[in-house]
Amino acid sequence: MLSVKSVSKHYSGKTALDQVSLEAEPGKILGLLGPNGAGKTSLIRIITMITAPDSGEVYFENQKMRQELIAGIGYLPEERGLYRKMTIQDQAMYFGRLKGLSKSDCQAAINYWFDKLEMGDWKKKKLEELSKGMQQKVQFVLTILHKPRLIILDEPFTGFDPLNAEIIKEEILGLRDQGACILLSTHRMESVEELCDSITLINKGKVIIEGEVNEVRNRYKKSEFELVYTGSLNTTLPGVLERKDSRLKNGATQSLLLMQKDAAINELIQEVMKQAHLLEFREKLPSIKDIFIERIGAQI
Amino acid sequence: MRNIALVTGREYQSRVRKKSFVVMTLLGPFLLAAFYGGIFWLAISDTQSSEPKNIHVVDESGIFHEGIEGSTNIRYSVNPQGGDSSAFDGTLLIPAAFSIDKPEGARFLSNSSLNIVEQQTMENHLEVAIKEQKLIRSGLRKETLDSLETDVNISAAIISEGEIKEDNSAVNAGAGFVGAFFIYIFIFLYGVQVMKGVAEEKSNRIVEVIISSVKPFDLMMGKIIGIALVGLTQVFIWIGLSAVLIALITPLIASMGMNPEETTAMVQGASGGVTPGLGMMGALFQLDFPTLIFGFLFYFITGYLLYSAMFAAIASAVDSETDTQQFMFPITIPLIFSIIVAQSVVLKDPHGELATLFSMIPFTAPIVMMVRLPFGVENWELVLSMIFMIFGFIAITWLASRIYRVGILMYGKKPTYKELVKWMLYKG
Repeated sequence: MLSVKSVSKHYSGKTALDQVSLEAEPGKILGLLGPNGAGKTSLIRIITMITAPDSGEVYFENQKMRQELIAGIGYLPEERGLYRKMTIQDQAMYFGRLKGLSKSDCQAAINYWFDKLEMGDWKKKKLEELSKGMQQKVQFVLTILHKPRLIILDEPFTGFDPLNAEIIKEEILGLRDQGACILLSTHRMESVEELCDSITLINKGKVIIEGEVNEVRNRYKKSEFELVYTGSLNTTLPGVLERKDSRLKNGATQSLLLMQKDAAINELIQEVMKQAHLLEFREKLPSIKDIFIERIGAQI
Repeated sequence: MRNIALVTGREYQSRVRKKSFVVMTLLGPFLLAAFYGGIFWLAISDTQSSEPKNIHVVDESGIFHEGIEGSTNIRYSVNPQGGDSSAFDGTLLIPAAFSIDKPEGARFLSNSSLNIVEQQTMENHLEVAIKEQKLIRSGLRKETLDSLETDVNISAAIISEGEIKEDNSAVNAGAGFVGAFFIYIFIFLYGVQVMKGVAEEKSNRIVEVIISSVKPFDLMMGKIIGIALVGLTQVFIWIGLSAVLIALITPLIASMGMNPEETTAMVQGASGGVTPGLGMMGALFQLDFPTLIFGFLFYFITGYLLYSAMFAAIASAVDSETDTQQFMFPITIPLIFSIIVAQSVVLKDPHGELATLFSMIPFTAPIVMMVRLPFGVENWELVLSMIFMIFGFIAITWLASRIYRVGILMYGKKPTYKELVKWMLYKG
């Protein structure tokens, strides 16, 4: 669907992107992660043809990206902005038509989305009459009005209260289920795990990690296990390098265990069962946030 | 093209629907009509107030016993002995010692003070009368003297393409200047609108949303064209409404105290230096209107496009409108310069080397050529200037769009001129 091949971009001596490649599939959400200044926005601008790469290529639906294909993309930039003095209806019509919709198709799409998100009453209002959250919602709708096949969302949840963030999240998932390819750039790591099928982590213009979310978490797991039990346990357990206990409200104990790489888990479980009443035992995979902090931290 | 049209449409509609636009568009002609009416009223009230003054001349010297020739405004009635002067507007006292060789001591007495024009006129009248006396004294007869009176009018004409045309410098200069001034005002007024529009889109961060649908060049051109159409709409409405208003007001004012012939005569008289009998109206009709109108529209539009592209580039390069000052200056210099050139060089010698040179340079051509046009410009010169104008406009718009496409996405520090040049060279 979207294929970025070895894209590099330099700005007056500074490298913004260095041989960046990524693949995004229809019906999937790809998380584009990275600290501030990593090159995410530069990459998005190259995909949307706002700027041109110094080298490398972008393919969209197996064709080299060109201006006519841009209408297939919906882009919600991090820096939002609409015309303050224009009515919502007029703005929606303007942006929809810029994306190639006919007047009647555009009106139908406006009616559909504004009804669906219960924003029908806002149409006649000017943007400046709406609250910040409402404006964000309008902007989100304008991004997807023309049924884009590739949707690029840069920090889509900023400015939303939890309720509206949930509504937007549902809509994003809905669009994915309808087959749209979604590129989600965000700092909100919890939303990455909830939403993304795969991630690409870039730092200082380079891709450091890429892959499916669970595969990445597995790749960076550190033999950490979580144990919940009642009763008491010996301080030494087979294969355990480090152990951190904490008392839970229900009187049980939760232990975080760092195990030797090739420790025999079955032996450990048997040992625990001998000494105490085992309630839960599970492998603790690192969160994307943990991986992010660790990997980016290691680079700084 | 579709996107340029869409952007143009939005720019046009959002501006035309503004209250300030409607108010200014409707009010403009009334202000113009009030101005026009005001001038007429002043002119008429002036002529009405200047009733002829009757002057009682008490001539103790006897020099003016044959009377003094007056004018429509001042009439003299000479009485050597004096007498009742109550029926007159004033008394001119010529003492016995007054002689044609030593014309001193004349005094004017009246209830109200003389205005400077009237005093000058009376002095002239006396001087003429004394001159006549001196000539007669030197042996000339009155009839000979009268036969010396000649009235000469030179009617200047230019030969163009084998045709002889009346030369009406004042009317030509006037027509050229009106056109040039309109172009000047329009470029400033609407160029600044372009600048504000770009600055608004940049500071509101709308630009990144739009730029992912529209090429920066299309966005810039759409905006420039849209605002040009707003300006043209305003100008056409003004012209239309003004014409209607003037047509309504002129007879109204005329009926207040003057008949239309007098009005026309007054206008003719005011124009000065125009061939008698032809008058200003006649001179106006002698102008080559098709060329003038075509030239005006051409330089009006291309001049605006050239400058507003530069205004757009400036606004794109800075973060806020207040930062535009630094870059405004070098852009407005050629514009102001061309008005100065038009006033000095062109009026002195409309076909001189300097005038010709500046009417070829795209930055100064819209104004300088417009002023030159009514004086008759060779076809090849006009065509060459227009070709330069078109190429200049394309080149400047292209350069401006290079700055624009980088500038609109740059936030932070104000760029230097060096950086602006660098932006032009960026790839893509």
